[in-house]
Amino acid sequence: MVRDDFLFEYLLRLGDNTLILGHRVSEWCGHAPVLEEDIALANTALDMIGQTQMWLGLAAEVEGKGRNADALAFTRDVWDFRNLLLVEMPNGDFGQTLMRQFLFDAFHSILLGRLMTSSDTRIAGIAAKASKEVSYHLERSAETVVGLGDGTEQSHERMQAALDYLWPYVGEAFIGDTVDAEMVAAGIAPDPASLRAEFDEIVTRVFAEATLKLPESRFAHKGGKTGNFHTEHLGHLISTLQWLQRAYPGCTW
Amino acid sequence: MYAQMIKTARSGVKTREEMTEQERAFQDKIDADIKIEPRDWMPDDYRATLIRQIGQHAHSEVVGQLPEGNWITRAPTLERKAILLAKVQDEAGHGLYLYSAAETLGESRDELVRLLHEGRMKYSSIFNYPTLNWADIGAVGWLVDGAAIVNQVALQRTSYGPYARAMVRICKEESFHARQGYHAMMKMALGSPEQRKMAQDALNRLWFPAMMMFGPHDSESTHSEQSMAWKIKVKSNDELRQQFVDQTIPQIEYLGLELPEPGIKWNEDRGHYDFSDPDWSEFMDVLRGNGPCNVDRMNARRKAWDDGEWVRDGLLEHARKKAARAVAAE
Repeated sequence: MVRDDFLFEYLLRLGDNTLILGHRVSEWCGHAPVLEEDIALANTALDMIGQTQMWLGLAAEVEGKGRNADALAFTRDVWDFRNLLLVEMPNGDFGQTLMRQFLFDAFHSILLGRLMTSSDTRIAGIAAKASKEVSYHLERSAETVVGLGDGTEQSHERMQAALDYLWPYVGEAFIGDTVDAEMVAAGIAPDPASLRAEFDEIVTRVFAEATLKLPESRFAHKGGKTGNFHTEHLGHLISTLQWLQRAYPGCTW
Repeated sequence: MYAQMIKTARSGVKTREEMTEQERAFQDKIDADIKIEPRDWMPDDYRATLIRQIGQHAHSEVVGQLPEGNWITRAPTLERKAILLAKVQDEAGHGLYLYSAAETLGESRDELVRLLHEGRMKYSSIFNYPTLNWADIGAVGWLVDGAAIVNQVALQRTSYGPYARAMVRICKEESFHARQGYHAMMKMALGSPEQRKMAQDALNRLWFPAMMMFGPHDSESTHSEQSMAWKIKVKSNDELRQQFVDQTIPQIEYLGLELPEPGIKWNEDRGHYDFSDPDWSEFMDVLRGNGPCNVDRMNARRKAWDDGEWVRDGLLEHARKKAARAVAAE
């Protein structure tokens, strides 16, 4: 039996990833390059917020302190967030947004595939539902990365710049810690390092097709999933996200 | 709804005697409630008027993403955020159907967008008003989508087939939005004193702009006659406005909010509510580009289009390369 505090921590990581990335993607609303992309971005954000409700809902239940998903999303401070640094990085241009999405989707889809066989049936259930959405996200973000990478000279340069900028934030997803070790021992979740080979296979294939050069450095910024060291960007994001709940606490909406 | 002051591409209605044989046959179909389909013959002015109306409606759906998008990142709960995201996604989808309906008349989406960005086409005046507090999002769903539904339910019977069918689908989604908007307002109106204040503020600010959505009085609406004869327009501006007021006042009372203006009174003789006119000079100002948000809205849309140029070009170039490679491989 895994300790609830470890499980709670692990569920926050899953829910915070989708909350923060869903927020970032929703910032695009009404500003996309073409109407179909407005729809696709809103749809992606909506899926991620839906997944957040499930992960943070379960986290709150596991915590057992009477909080719910909204309390976790809207009343924790930066140091309590457990998302990867990658997802809190700013949108930049459309290319950077879709590159970030692709890098996350590739990791996320592999992780969810493994979580579908989790020994915790609640987690397996959420993963099965989310996995359907995420495999579509991955298909779309990979296609866009290929289209823009292998497009015009300008689109190619922008995509390479986005990849170079975001690559140092990829490695964190595959670094395990005590929480991960507890999950592995209980058969709840995979060892993050074990996801890397499949991830490398996907990104190598997609970047080859996109004519993009994979950066050689494996240097990885870290601190997001442990909460030790977020970027400066997260504080601004959550001050927007949480403003109403903070300004008017205790209301129902 | 989102079409106002659509200038019919013809002044005055032709008498039967003035019509050519083709025009008479066309008018007979309209009078018999037979839908006009893309391949059917139609007068040039009918086509031009429809393109203007459908185009303006499509633009309104697209620009309408902005005032609602203004609150997505600040929505107070995960559920409200999801509802708002789904709504904005629906609106963008409505934009797509409507541009497609305009394409069946031979006008491309790119051309309509170009006309919008050059200031030669309009979108509904309502989206030139700001969303200033969270209750505005509820009020937009309730009042703005509510007003749109009143108009669009009538337009389900409009004479052009693709437009009428788009309206059927759009109305279903809009009804859902209006109910969700009202529900959000209910939470606020029955919530804390601050929430109630937000709800009242949103209602007071958006009431007259919602009234304006139906366009000027029938007596001032010089272009309506031909559009009514062609059944592009099915009910008059004043009829629709009255219908909206009659259905909305009891909803305001149910919320326990104060009525937004002192002229609202039940008129026993008419069997309808009386109400005050909006400030029509303000309406004309908004149409002329001087509403509170006109400049910002258009700048945002143009910026999105300009910033996205490299993306559109890149994806097109990739499609071209891919097609060329497929041909070379054959």
